[in-house]
Amino acid sequence: MAIHIVDRRLNPGSKSLENRQRFLRRAKALVQGAVKKTSQERDIKDVLEGGEVSIPLDGMDEPRFRREGGTRDMVLPGNKKFIEGDWLPRPSQSGGKGSGAGEGDSEDAFRFVLSRDEFVDLFLDDLELPDLAKRKLAQTESEGIQRAGYATSGSPANISISRTVGRALARRVALRRPRKDEIEALEAELAACDDSVRRSELLAQLEALKAKKKRIPFIDPIDIRYRRFEAVPKPVAQAVMFCLMDVSGSMSEHMKDLAKRFYMLLYVFLRRRYKHVEIVFIRHTDRAEEVDEDTFFHGPASGGTLVSSALVAMNDIVRTRFRPSDWNIYAAQASDGDNMTSDSAVTGQLLTNNILPVCQFFAYLEVGEAANYTFDMPDSSLWTLYERLRNDGAPLSMRKVSERGEIFPVFQDLFKRRGKQERVA
Amino acid sequence: MAASGERLFEGADWDFPILQRIHDACEEIARKELGLDVYPNQIEVITAEQMLDAYSSVGMPLFYKHWSFGKQFAFQEASYRKGLMGLAYEIVINSSPCISYLMEENTATMQTLVIAHAAFGHNHFFKNNYLFKQWTDAEGILDYLEFAKGYIATCEDRHGREAVERTIDAAHALMSHGVDRYPGKKTLDLRDEEKRAGQRRQHEESVFNDLWRTVPNAKAKTKAALTAERRHALLGLPQENILYFLEKTAPRLAPWQRELIRIVRHIAQYFYPQSQTKVMNEGTATYVHYRIMNRLHQQGRITDGNFLEFLQSHTNVVFQPEFDDRRYSGFNPYALGFAMMQDIERIVASPEQEDREWFPDIAGKRDVEGVLREIWSNYRDESFISQFLSPALIRRFRLFHLHDDPAESAGIKVDAIHDERGYRRVRRELARQYDVGFVDANIEVVDVDLDGDRRLMLRHTTVKGAQLNETDTRRVLQHLADLWSYDVALTEVDGTDKVLKEYVISPRAAAVAA
Repeated sequence: MAIHIVDRRLNPGSKSLENRQRFLRRAKALVQGAVKKTSQERDIKDVLEGGEVSIPLDGMDEPRFRREGGTRDMVLPGNKKFIEGDWLPRPSQSGGKGSGAGEGDSEDAFRFVLSRDEFVDLFLDDLELPDLAKRKLAQTESEGIQRAGYATSGSPANISISRTVGRALARRVALRRPRKDEIEALEAELAACDDSVRRSELLAQLEALKAKKKRIPFIDPIDIRYRRFEAVPKPVAQAVMFCLMDVSGSMSEHMKDLAKRFYMLLYVFLRRRYKHVEIVFIRHTDRAEEVDEDTFFHGPASGGTLVSSALVAMNDIVRTRFRPSDWNIYAAQASDGDNMTSDSAVTGQLLTNNILPVCQFFAYLEVGEAANYTFDMPDSSLWTLYERLRNDGAPLSMRKVSERGEIFPVFQDLFKRRGKQERVA
Repeated sequence: MAASGERLFEGADWDFPILQRIHDACEEIARKELGLDVYPNQIEVITAEQMLDAYSSVGMPLFYKHWSFGKQFAFQEASYRKGLMGLAYEIVINSSPCISYLMEENTATMQTLVIAHAAFGHNHFFKNNYLFKQWTDAEGILDYLEFAKGYIATCEDRHGREAVERTIDAAHALMSHGVDRYPGKKTLDLRDEEKRAGQRRQHEESVFNDLWRTVPNAKAKTKAALTAERRHALLGLPQENILYFLEKTAPRLAPWQRELIRIVRHIAQYFYPQSQTKVMNEGTATYVHYRIMNRLHQQGRITDGNFLEFLQSHTNVVFQPEFDDRRYSGFNPYALGFAMMQDIERIVASPEQEDREWFPDIAGKRDVEGVLREIWSNYRDESFISQFLSPALIRRFRLFHLHDDPAESAGIKVDAIHDERGYRRVRRELARQYDVGFVDANIEVVDVDLDGDRRLMLRHTTVKGAQLNETDTRRVLQHLADLWSYDVALTEVDGTDKVLKEYVISPRAAAVAA
């Protein structure tokens, strides 16, 4: 008998991927809540590794008609000492009844593993850069392909069959190509005809028709049409994010750690969600320098504090590399809030005159010591300055952070998707 | 084909020619010795990941997309990763050709076991058991699933994923009440109808007696009763197949929604025989692989070492923990089924006096394979157990019957044990545990208020005082009301028609059928 042995191992796996995505989409609100909850307890690196979450099953259950209670009869194996007519005490309620209880438990706490991508996507889902307004027809990468009518030349893969056949039909009708049944009718008449004069007439007619049919092909190269495609440039929103970090001596290890965590998150968020976002890293003590991401996150540095130096550096970079009319410009600054008193005026001026007018959004994160005394202290010089600017209506957003756990909520708060009206406060 | 005595394989490794040899060797034994009659076999080798995929689409090679399968997959994947759950060695599909999936990491011995078990044991059962013959179409199922998948995908494109999902959710909730339990009567064609009418007239003439005229008539039915009767006849009420009823009569469903319900209903029906034959199906397959492996070993085609490996996994499969064991979670269908098949073999081949009294039809009949094939074809779990569970087996398993009446304060009563007085009662109660009539709640559509608010009325006749779980029932009824698009009422009654509880649910505003 015939038997087929098929090797399916090389078939693409993850047939269930789509079902899984549907499930996640449906459970989105629940999973997202769970993701946020777990992410607060974890290190940034771990968050980005994905992992197990557990969600309540409300709304995700599949109800069935299920019966409970009533008289129960059961047959069990393994009788050792019972005889007919014995009475057994009921097991206490808390103990559960073995088989019955198991099902319920697994339903309440539904736990499953999210992959790294799923986790990060859900984590970053409702975040966005505010006011991504300036769109521009930009370079090469942004080209898309779109259908654009038909052409007389092209690759065989692009032949439009319906077009081609339609045109061939029109041509055949127009040139009166003899149809098959016409020829057949003549042939039949010829076969039935005895009269020789009529016969030769018919023969000539038939000959002419056949010749004509040969001359006019069924499909001619001039009928062939190809689907035409056109490359169209797509507008992209270009954006640049300036990360300004204070690494001066007054910043303790703890503060630097907080600031770096914040930027790490910002970095992942931008890389993942915006293909066309440039990131510029600037760190400063009493002087500022542009560094690459590795130095920014890992390089040691220390010194005095001049906030204006970072702003000057940023201003220079904007002037030379990012024309404000073409670019959406964002900045995120992290500092402990200390600044030389003499520098405040300069900083304020730079911000109001040069930086804020070109920025879509400026986030300021003030990092504090772990102990909560920070919030009892008078506001730092930078905070006071920024607060005044904000009250004047600058697109500034400010938050204070002193604990690791606060990073995630603050981050999400800063970049939460907002309605058009609701300005960043 | 390998000559008798030639080894099929050495060690644990296998390749495709070896699989072919194994299959041929098994086939020879299955056909010549056991007389099995199977669909053509198709053996597919898959990876563990693909096995997990298959789990979440109820084992079928193709299935429509739905979030609930994704949920199941996420859950199973998590427990598999944590090591809480092992994967099956195989999955077999009731189709022609009969598809068996083998895991790639099985050893050669395990592949032999699995081929004997699935490709011959299950395969024979699928092809010959009356329930499968009656309710499933092995040739057509894969094509039907293909159609279903395509149709649902098209519906999603056309009507939006959410609308489709809502309909399927609702249909899934009612899936257990979407099967026909009895083959319906066939509608006669005109000629047969005429023939029958003629026969009826003849019969009336032949039994005509003028005296009947003098017998006082029963009271004429009221007009209301007559309209009710007519309505019931028109709607085919009472109807226990709720999905069928919705598909045919729900007033406001779009045609594509009816088709979706039909698809879910057909699939439920396809799996219906499997739920009724777990013990028999696994018993048959286990018995067949046991016979084949033993014969292969006798013929010297597998080594002693391979045979020991087989015995170890076989023993694990047919292990039945006792009721006070921590591992106990109900009867293991493999254990019970295999034990019963072996017991029948014993009764047929070398019966005791007791067996002759209990099983006069088969005791000492000598044709073991013939008797077993006959049983495999004509029984389901419930009838199989109530016919063939022998006193000897009841003693071996030391079965006992507990009766738990919540009203009884003294506790749980031991009603019967493995003794002369208890055999029949134990056997009857065990058979009842496998009776679909008792396993699923008995819910019927009884009426529709056509003159008033089009309310759909259902009735749940309780058995032994077990009522429906309220939360779940409200949710299911909500789905039902959304499909029906008018109010739905469910009444729970006991055997004496006393009303225990009533539910009335209205459809949601954004109901499925808008």
